[in-house]
Amino acid sequence: MQNVDIVQWVAFIVLSVLTLGGGFMVARDRNLFHGALWLLVSLFGVAGLFVLLAAPFLAAVQVLVYMGAIVILIIFAIMLTRRVMGEREQTNNQWPIGLAMSALAFLVIAFILWQATVSTSAGVRPLLPSAPGGAVSIDSIVTFGKSLVDPGQYALPFELASLLLTGAMIGAIVIAREEG
Amino acid sequence: MVPLLAYLLVAAALFCIGVYTVLARRNAVAILMGVELMLNAVNINLVAFWRFLTPINETASGLKTSMAGQAFAAFVFVVAAAEVAVGLALILSMYRNRQTVVAEDVDSLKY
Repeated sequence: MQNVDIVQWVAFIVLSVLTLGGGFMVARDRNLFHGALWLLVSLFGVAGLFVLLAAPFLAAVQVLVYMGAIVILIIFAIMLTRRVMGEREQTNNQWPIGLAMSALAFLVIAFILWQATVSTSAGVRPLLPSAPGGAVSIDSIVTFGKSLVDPGQYALPFELASLLLTGAMIGAIVIAREEG
Repeated sequence: MVPLLAYLLVAAALFCIGVYTVLARRNAVAILMGVELMLNAVNINLVAFWRFLTPINETASGLKTSMAGQAFAAFVFVVAAAEVAVGLALILSMYRNRQTVVAEDVDSLKY
């Protein structure tokens, strides 16, 4: 039992470092192409966190859709628009305010989370649990797939999502097309 | 077991990195990458809450887990894909018409 705990913590810390380090480098790398590759690192860390959270299907989708499709699309856009940026300054002149604001936001969120986790008075259950509610069954992917096409659950949003994707694809083609 | 707080803190940090990227970077593609980071932070939050807070209902056919959190995360994936497709098309169009990918150079709606 103890060993499982240690393995989970090690995996969590490694994946968090990948996620946050990749994100950090996305935020500050001057070379946009390298930034896109760091985005891959960050997304891989998030996929690993999904595995730790017992959501293997979402981890697979993360690798396929985010790392496979979205990052490739971003790299395409970078290469198509590359030469205009050159070695110009990558951050605007408001970046100190942005940095201060996002750091402040993080501190506020962390404080609130801390307040919600630690029970202030004895006997009062904290708002956020530290252990999962229960074990996830092995066939959770089957349950997930069924709930996506169950009319009583998510069939309508599922169909709407496909409609949204179609609309976005048509819109993207119309916007990006050369004026003929 | 890694507590819920740890996941939420990582997600919050990732979100704030994304916010900073959106606020500070000049290149429109970099701004889109910041939005992607923020969406990923939201996904971590959704899945973590699903894992830790979803009650497991006992139904006639045995134990059944509600899949709300995972379903929401899947829809966030869809919206992210749509968003990045349209966003990059806009950037390409902007590049073609104005020869720039710097967000603050595209300000004709401002005046």
